[in-house]
Amino acid sequence: MTWSIIDTWIVIIGALCAAGCAIPGAILVLRRMSLMGDAISHTVLPGIAIAFLITGTRDPMAMLIGSVVVGLLTAFLVQAIQTLGKVEAGASMGIVFTVLFAFGLVLMRQAVDHVDIDPDCVLYGSIELAWFDQDPEGLGIPRGAIVNGVMLLANLLLFLLFYKEFKITSFDPALAKAQGFHPSFMHYMLMTMTAATAVAAFETVGSILVVAMFIVPPATAYLLTNRFGMMFILAIFLSVLAAIIGHVSAITIPTWFGFSGTSTAGAMAVATGALFLVAWVVSPLDGMLVRMWHLFSTRLHVVREDILGVLWRLEERGQKELLPVQLSEAIGTTPFLVKIGLQILQKRNVVSKTKLLWSLTDCGRKQAATLVRSHRLWEVYLDKHFPQDVHQLHQSAERLEHITTPEMQVKLGNAKEDPHGSQVPADE
Amino acid sequence: MKVEAGHSTTSPVSIHDLTVAYQRKPVLWDVDLDIPEGKLIAIVGPNGAGKSTLIKAVLDLVPKASGKVMIYGRPFAKQRKLVAYVPQRESVDWDFPIDALGVVLMGRYNKIGWCKPVRKKDIKAAMESLDRVGMADFARRQISQLSGGQQQRVFLARALTQDATIYFMDEPFASVDATTERAIVKVLGDLRSLGKTVVVVHHDLQTVRDYFDHVILLNMRVVAHGPVDEVFTDENLKKTYGGRLTLLSEAADRLARH
Repeated sequence: MTWSIIDTWIVIIGALCAAGCAIPGAILVLRRMSLMGDAISHTVLPGIAIAFLITGTRDPMAMLIGSVVVGLLTAFLVQAIQTLGKVEAGASMGIVFTVLFAFGLVLMRQAVDHVDIDPDCVLYGSIELAWFDQDPEGLGIPRGAIVNGVMLLANLLLFLLFYKEFKITSFDPALAKAQGFHPSFMHYMLMTMTAATAVAAFETVGSILVVAMFIVPPATAYLLTNRFGMMFILAIFLSVLAAIIGHVSAITIPTWFGFSGTSTAGAMAVATGALFLVAWVVSPLDGMLVRMWHLFSTRLHVVREDILGVLWRLEERGQKELLPVQLSEAIGTTPFLVKIGLQILQKRNVVSKTKLLWSLTDCGRKQAATLVRSHRLWEVYLDKHFPQDVHQLHQSAERLEHITTPEMQVKLGNAKEDPHGSQVPADE
Repeated sequence: MKVEAGHSTTSPVSIHDLTVAYQRKPVLWDVDLDIPEGKLIAIVGPNGAGKSTLIKAVLDLVPKASGKVMIYGRPFAKQRKLVAYVPQRESVDWDFPIDALGVVLMGRYNKIGWCKPVRKKDIKAAMESLDRVGMADFARRQISQLSGGQQQRVFLARALTQDATIYFMDEPFASVDATTERAIVKVLGDLRSLGKTVVVVHHDLQTVRDYFDHVILLNMRVVAHGPVDEVFTDENLKKTYGGRLTLLSEAADRLARH
């Protein structure tokens, strides 16, 4: 990998662009209107085309104004069609942005004949060439860095200034309106931010990949935190990370397979997706691993209690000890779980092993008695209140015994015998 | 103070000839009433009677087809600080990344004003409100981890921290646990003893007599309103819930079609 100043600037521009998108993007995600980012970033195209046709130049101010105007028009039309046309928000967005985007394409063909503009660049961006487009003063700063940097700064300032207002209008628009914080004003401010950000970003990542920058890092941050402010900090951090990972992998990974580098903007978007996937798996809040761990520990808990129950009932019938394989058969679970369960129980001094056979200790016998007591009291309770097949009683009680607290057990009463005629162990 | 003719200036909420329609179908029709000051008032009526809509129309949350609402003789827009609102629990996204304290603080935003940050005294006030509904220990809990009843109490605390004169609550008792129901009843009593006016959309006919002083029986129109002892009679309930009014809703349907 050869790294030059050009690569450094590509990463900086990518990071500024993605971080700038993350701020309005996070608000869109929280308002469950992420696709509005999609819609508006597409309608940047007609905005730019109209600006070209009117001014005949690539004047950035004209492009910005054109895009913001069309962006706001999109937001307004989406709302209007939704209310008047009796269609859901998705359909309404579909109508507005595809038609406007197509209109933009038509105009763009006209514009191409007159001004120097590359439709490919509009769609996919040209971050790789950004360094060659220097600022006029010759400070050595690419124009893309200035444009995206200013946009990031503007978004950051607006967000901090209207922090409270964005929060309340996103969470509870009715209360916000009743308190005089005009939700529609905040809505159109957000739409303006989105449109302006999309037009600032389009030369960098294009009008399609910008949607990834709007939505994916904030959605990833949403998985990782349940604090409002922290979500924005994480979203910005993840955007920067995606820019670094994106460019580095764009210039390295293809070379491993004998190709030259690939599109940085594309790789950045893929990197945002990869980060989302990682967060989805490892998130401490509700990630896959956490869920699987919960599932596993619950199952293990149940198996441990079942081992105690089986051994206790065994003693009730006059036997004393069992092989692990007999235990797993009696419980109906895998030998692996039984093995782990037995090891934990042994550590807690609840069961003991002589040669290959397992039996209850005195302490274990007490715990097991409480469990079996819960089980049999549940059978009594269920039989009394919900008459059913005796076999089913056992099934239900089997599940309920694992979640019975001491207080619940007291409420279950003091029966001496279960519906099958077995003794209920005494409360100790 | 400039007052429109025909309106009571002493009534906390004076509603004059209010009609609200969704897509041309009237939901509320010529509602006309003065809500008494310092009372606990229940709005009672069947599903679709326009109970929530009445509150929302007062708070300018839905457009009025016609009619006027005055808060102490002036339009709501000028009296926002006098009014607190507890929306239905289902109206917000409880997965929103915010804790209970954060939600309650929103009740102070109006006092803080546009673009200014939350102050220490706001946090103190919000904590006191949480304490009043027995939720102080849950201040830092993410709202999705609260039970339905606890979420309702957070909403109640948010209204309390608005420190208003008139409180509107939309079904605060809907599917809550016994602890929450007791907490709400206690708060209602406290508010009454402070001379506040509380208007509650209520669905449980059994508890109307126990919890409220005044009742508004609503079914598109006001069927009856007044002190619970006088108005909350079997005959009035029959009128509110009974079949005689289906003619009215039939008319509303026809109006929507034409």
